[in-house]
Amino acid sequence: MSDLSHATPARRFRAPTEEAPLARWLLIGFVTLALAVLVFAPLIAIFVEALSKGWEAAWKSLFSREALPAIKLTLTVAAIAVPLNAAFGIAAAWFITKFDFRGKAFLITLIDLPFSVSPVVAGLCIVLLFGANTAIGAWLVAHGFPIVFALPGIVLATVFVTFPFVARELIPVMIEQGRAEEEAALTLGASGWRTFLTVTLPNIRWALLYGVLLSNARAMGEFGAVAVVSGRRESATTMPLKIEMFYNEYQGATAFAMAGLLAFLALLTLLLKTWLENRHAGELSANRRGH
Amino acid sequence: MKIEIDEISKAFGTTAALTPVSLSIPSGALVALLGPSGSGKTTLLRILGGLEFPTSGRVLFDGQDATGLTVQQRRAGFVFQSYALFRHMTVFENIAYGLRARPRAVRPPKAEITRRVTKLLELIQLPEIGARYPSQLSGGQRQRVALARALAIEPRMLLLDEPFGALDAKVRKELRQGLRDIHDETGLTTVFVTHDQEEAMELADLVVVMSGSQTGGRIEQIGKPADIRARPASDFVRSFIAA
Ligand SMILES: Nc1ncnc2c1ncn2[C@@H]1O[C@H](COP(=O)(O)OP(=O)(O)OP(=O)(O)O)[C@@H](O)[C@H]1O
Ligand SMILES: [Mg+2]
Repeated sequence: MSDLSHATPARRFRAPTEEAPLARWLLIGFVTLALAVLVFAPLIAIFVEALSKGWEAAWKSLFSREALPAIKLTLTVAAIAVPLNAAFGIAAAWFITKFDFRGKAFLITLIDLPFSVSPVVAGLCIVLLFGANTAIGAWLVAHGFPIVFALPGIVLATVFVTFPFVARELIPVMIEQGRAEEEAALTLGASGWRTFLTVTLPNIRWALLYGVLLSNARAMGEFGAVAVVSGRRESATTMPLKIEMFYNEYQGATAFAMAGLLAFLALLTLLLKTWLENRHAGELSANRRGH
Repeated sequence: MKIEIDEISKAFGTTAALTPVSLSIPSGALVALLGPSGSGKTTLLRILGGLEFPTSGRVLFDGQDATGLTVQQRRAGFVFQSYALFRHMTVFENIAYGLRARPRAVRPPKAEITRRVTKLLELIQLPEIGARYPSQLSGGQRQRVALARALAIEPRMLLLDEPFGALDAKVRKELRQGLRDIHDETGLTTVFVTHDQEEAMELADLVVVMSGSQTGGRIEQIGKPADIRARPASDFVRSFIAA
């Protein structure tokens, strides 16, 4: 037998990908500083400001006649837009991953369009299409279903802006999983619909939830597109719009109370997302590589 | 069930996968599709199972034109190369899937489904693993579960794509015998794909040697293993079975 002591190195070697200590501490320090200035400080400032007159005052201002409708509208819009997007996202991801057709790459690019187009432009498109001075818009208004300056327009704008989230989460997962399990279900006699419900959906459920959470966070926070479509009507004002109005009217406390609520909802979403990532790392890992 | 393949060709866009091929498989035979990579073996098997439709030609089951039958109507027990077990279902649920998917009128009652799944688990000699998930099985066990799942629907034929491809030599030999036994017991017409000539020669009643080229896969020779060994029909067959 050879001398085993040769196998244990006397000193610790640095891994090839590891930086020198000085560089490492500089990097860590820089990132921590950036996070503190850009993320933590503003977040703490919002909550401090929101609660500067105490819990009760903040609570009351949220339930005022002015604030409450905006909160309700935001929750309503999210409740409509997010399920719609989940359905669209599943359909798009299904179509893209399960079929081969010409123009597939183009369609995938198209799905990302809302990420690259300014939300204001998206809002303007909706006004141009459905505004009261267009043929469709006039007809819809005449039949008591106005789109612009009303709930449908806000939902449309929100759906457009949040469209990519679900589809982008699902596409890499579905590509990685391939078609074999679905084909197996079909050969066993299952219909296409049954295959979707019993094989496809359970396989993508965590990625779907993840996409829905992201899309929900964005739906509640959207400002630009909704601002154009709402036309600053009191009845069509969501939380982000209302926050800006309060702020401009020197109602700082109310503005920050509402901003605090919005930030709280976003944090909640993030927490859920992190929990999901830890719990279902295996299934979601396909995404992390994909982005 | 007797299977006839009548002048079937298949192209994927501009890629030719099969030039017109014809083949008649007697009822109850155990047939090997043998050939190098890209010779169209999988494509031909998928056409039989209804997962792919031919560009031209016909498939006949017991003399009846089956070309237009959907994958569900074919009732082919299909074992996929990677097994394609449902990862979120237990072994029991995997095997029961086809029975539970039947229309209500012909769906067996719950107790009957349990009885049949238990029997299939015994047939593949894994009676204890019903509660496990596919990720908790070895490769050989997965392969056998995939076979049991395909048999559960009382298929009219059995189609297997490289059923032993991903396994080590010792397990391969065991499972080879297992497939032979199940075939002899059920009497099902069975077609399996392989590029291992020893496997084809040892296991099959009838070997179909295929070759690939720019113009698509084609059949070089059809015959009993002994005949192919004694009288290879072309230089390709001679060199392929010598390898
Ligand atoms: N979905 C598809 N789209 C395009 N071309 C395909 C498709 N499936 C197969 N082909 C092509 O058809 C030809 C035959 O493929 P096939 O999978 O049938 O070969 P094989 O004999 O099973 O090969 P292997 O032993 O590697 O599995 C190949 O040239 C392949 O590239
Ligand atoms: Mg193949």
